[in-house]
Formats: sequence, structure tokens, C-alpha cells
Amino acid sequence: MPNKDLNVQFTNRGRSGKIDKLNIWGYIFLLPFTLVFIVFQLIPLVNTIYNSFFENYMAGLKQVGPNFVGLANFGELFKSGDLVKYFGNTMIMWILGFIPQIVLSLLLSSWFTNPSLRLRFQRFFKTVIYLPNLIMASAFAMLFFTMFDITGPVNGLFVKLGIFKEPFSFFTSIGATRGLVAFMNCLMWFGNTTILLMAGMLGIPVDIFEAADVDGATPTQVFWKITLPLLRPILVYVMVTSLIGGLQMFDVPQILTNGKGDPMRTSMTLIMYLNKHLYSKNYGLAGALSVLLLIITAILSFIVFKVTGEEELNKKAR
Amino acid sequence: MAGNTNSSSADAEFKSASGTLKARRAVCYVVLVIISILCLFWFYMLFINATRSNDELGQGFTLLPSSHLGENLKNIFNNGTIPIVSGMANSVIIAALTALLSTYFSTMTAYSIQVYNYKGKKAIFTFILAIMMIPTQVSALGFVNLVKGMNLEDNFIPLIVPSIAAPITFFYLKQYMAANLPLSLIEAARIDGEHEIGIFNKIALPLMIPAIAVQAIFTFVSSWNNYFTPALILHDSSKKTLPILIAQLRNADFLKFDMGQVYAMIAFSIFPVIVVYLFLSKYIVGGVTAGGVKE
Repeated sequence: MPNKDLNVQFTNRGRSGKIDKLNIWGYIFLLPFTLVFIVFQLIPLVNTIYNSFFENYMAGLKQVGPNFVGLANFGELFKSGDLVKYFGNTMIMWILGFIPQIVLSLLLSSWFTNPSLRLRFQRFFKTVIYLPNLIMASAFAMLFFTMFDITGPVNGLFVKLGIFKEPFSFFTSIGATRGLVAFMNCLMWFGNTTILLMAGMLGIPVDIFEAADVDGATPTQVFWKITLPLLRPILVYVMVTSLIGGLQMFDVPQILTNGKGDPMRTSMTLIMYLNKHLYSKNYGLAGALSVLLLIITAILSFIVFKVTGEEELNKKAR
Repeated sequence: MAGNTNSSSADAEFKSASGTLKARRAVCYVVLVIISILCLFWFYMLFINATRSNDELGQGFTLLPSSHLGENLKNIFNNGTIPIVSGMANSVIIAALTALLSTYFSTMTAYSIQVYNYKGKKAIFTFILAIMMIPTQVSALGFVNLVKGMNLEDNFIPLIVPSIAAPITFFYLKQYMAANLPLSLIEAARIDGEHEIGIFNKIALPLMIPAIAVQAIFTFVSSWNNYFTPALILHDSSKKTLPILIAQLRNADFLKFDMGQVYAMIAFSIFPVIVVYLFLSKYIVGGVTAGGVKE
């Protein structure tokens, strides 16, 4: 949303000359950002893309390459099937976490913003639900690993309560491991999403609700026919940014499965795969994988950009 | 953002039947309490287990604390293989400097875009917004190569300095500045003969403190929690940050370990953030929307 007030500022004052000279300071103040961006982000990005076209890996202690191989690294990524498998894992765990996350967030935010409900202790509940978002993901994953271990407290509790007959081995079950990763992601992010959606709901003009009220709409109708459609831009924003975040899923499954993605690499994510190549110094494949991730996130970012831009236009139209 | 009275389903149906409203409210509270327990249970169990000895932990589940917290803490402070104290110090240094540099220079970048008028400004602004979503992981390979080339492995510089170019922090501060920095104030200072750098540091920066504080907290927390990049750069155990040490803890032969110590270490890395959060939660929860949704 390029700001509308950008151009009004010093444009028509060139006559004095002094202001024009002062605008040099705009460039000077921009310098730290530009320099750091070029050195620590642009150069690494170009280097990564460059590396994706070269064969460059360690065979035992011997380094192979770098030799230019064109798009062979990309071909290898797709041929081995690992990429597709890990992309699938990432998406499954993201969806498993995102669905309860968005349902819970919609429910809570519509309650919090509902004037007729007048819920008390809102500050307390908001503080609690946002808390997991700030916790170090790696420590949180380690905590879950100890909690859900076969000798851990969760098994202890469930056996005591008679829910389990005997301790259940969570980390050898595909569903349980993926489910735990999804559960943790949901727990860490639903508070954040709730607060974002609340802002969206509070932004809907009151007269629309009043009109619905006069027409005798039920709360359910109001939610499905008014709140949800008007919330669409924010929902798309939340979904796409969550998807971009989901593609970066790393800390939780990495710590939970000790980097192995067990059982049988069914909880291995794309970034864990990238991390593995970086550690084994297979720079060709790491580069190719990075480029693919870059392309996917660029497309998704573009969608966010479009949607928030449209939202801005709608606001002006109002 | 409008007030609470502004919003959804002000429905006649429930106003007339206050019994139904009460029932609905009760359902809300029950669900909210269950969700809160689901959020807090893990941290409560962490605290309980950090107070128990390895033997007690072997005896199974309990909700009551024991008396071995001091002993467990003493053990982790003396643990030679996982230096948790230096890990905490390293994490604090890196996160604090990152928050400081990132907010200062992001304010400067925002100031450049907001206050001055020059060629290419619009393009630069659009460009920064466009790269906002690109994750750092996609350039990690080139970043590691660069750091090796600069001979900066096991150094904190590559973890701190890159945060000077932080598009999201910049965007938040830019939005805040557009609403809260009167250009007339800058003009007046110019007439008084103040230097441009002086105007930025003495007039613009103080006015931005509320927004800078919010962003400083978020930057601190995300640097504190960062595991991926530091793990690629820091190899020397005296240089490692908390998340790397936690990963090492996961790597260690789990069953041979003193579980009391394991819980104490996790607690040691989680509870400082929780304590700080409880003091600052008002600003943090309020700051989320301003950064995320473009209003």
C-alpha cells in the first residue's frame, strides 16, 4: 500500500533549493538497510541460486565438483521422490494443525467481539492463549518429547485414569507423531490468529449488523452471511501467511524426532531436508531445494500482496 | 480499530431471552477454561517435574511439586557437556543487540521513506514490502558460504547485523510514523538550525518509542527462539545459544540422563520468557494486530 502521503511532502518546494539538498539525507538514512540487505540477503540469495546449477557434494571425505550441471539438481530432487514425500509430510502436518487453529480462532474471536455476550476476564484469556506463541519452539518440542515419552507424564496420567491400558508409544506411530506436531503448531498459533481475526471483526461497520438485526437475522445467519464474507480478505491473509509459515516448519519436528523425521521419515519436512543437505554439504541439492522454496513462497507472497491491496481498495471505495 | 460495541450479532433473539444468553455465556466460559488449561497444562507439568528428582520422576505422574528444584538447578549449572548458563548469556547478548540494532535502523529506514522525497523512493518502498514474506531459510546456503568466506563462524556478528534490514519491523514502524510524526515538528527543528541526524535522534526517535518498544519485544523473542540459523553458524560449545543446547539435549542419550536435569534445563530456557511476558503482555497482545494486519 504505497502511501498516499508520500508525494505531497517536499515536492513543490524545489524552488528554495535547500529542501532538495536535504533530500540527499533520504538516501543516507536508507544506506544501512541497503548495505545490510545486499551483503546478508541479496548476495546469499544469488549465491544459493548459483549453487543450484552446480554438482557439489561430499563423497566420503572427497569433494565432488563444483561442476556445472544445468538443471540436473532439480531433476534429481524430483526423481528421488523424497521431495514429493517431504512436501506431502509438510502439507499434511500443516493442514492437520491449521484446520483446528482457524476454527478455534473464528469461534474465540467472534465470542470476544460479541457485544451481547459481554465476556469477562478477556484480558486474562487473551494473555493465556497468546502465551504459547512466544515460547521457544525447540524447547516446547523438547518438553512435548519428554511429556509424551513412553515413561512420561501423559502416559502416566492416561494409564492412571484408565484411558490407556498400557503406555502408548507416541513416537513410533505415524499418526501420533504427525498429530503431535500439528497439535503443537495449532497451540502455538491459534492465539495469534484469534487476535488478528478480532481486529478484522471489529473493523466491520456496525450498521451492517444493525440492519441484519432489524431484518431479524439469527446469530448463525449473521456469522455465515455477514461476518465470514466480510472477513474474507483477512482470512485469506491468515491462511496464506500460515501456509508460508507452514512451509518453513522446522524446529518442532526437528527436535521432536531428533532430525530424523521418524517414524520412517513420515514427519520429515522440507526445511529439515534442506538442513540435512546443508549439514552433509550437498550444496547442489540444497541450492535447488532453496530455489524451489523461493518460487513457492514468492507465488504465495504475491497472493498476500494482491489480497491486502484489494482490501485497501475496498476501504477507499467505502 | 473500533470499540467493542461496534461489532457482531447484536441479536434481538438473545436479548429478549436472557436465559438463553446466560446459557450461551456459560458455554463460552467452559470452552475458554478448557482451552486455557490446554495452553497452561504443559508449563505447569514442566514446573512440577523440574522440582522432582530422577527417582521420583520414575515413579510416575503427579500434580504436586517436590523439593528437588534447587538440586536440579545446581546440577544443570555444573553440567559440563551442556553449558546452559553461557548459553543463556549468549542468547541474551544476541537477542538484545539484535532488538536494539533492528529497531534503531528500521526506524531510520522508515524515517527516510516517510520524511524525505527522492527519486526511486516509491519503488524502494514497494520492493521492501514485496520481500517481506521471503523466508531466511531459502538463502541459508549462500549465507553459510558468505559467513565462512568472511571468517565469521562462531561469531555473533552474522546473527546480529543482518537484522538491520528487517522489512516487517520497518513496515510496522513506517505505519506508526505516518500517524504519529508531525512533519511540522521537523520543519521547526530545521529552522532552529538542527542537523538532520540530530533531528532524527532527538525528535523523531523519542516520538517513536511506543512502537519501537513493541517491535523490540517481538524482535528479541524471535531472535531468542531462533534455532535454524544459529545452529548453522555456531559450533563451539561456549558460543552456542539456548535453542542449540536444547537440540543437543534431545541428541544426548535420553535414558542415561537425569530426567530431573532435563526438565530443569527446559524450564530454565522457557520460564524467563514467561515471566517477562506476564509483565509485558498488554503491549505484546496489543502489538500483534498492528504488525500483522494492514489497516
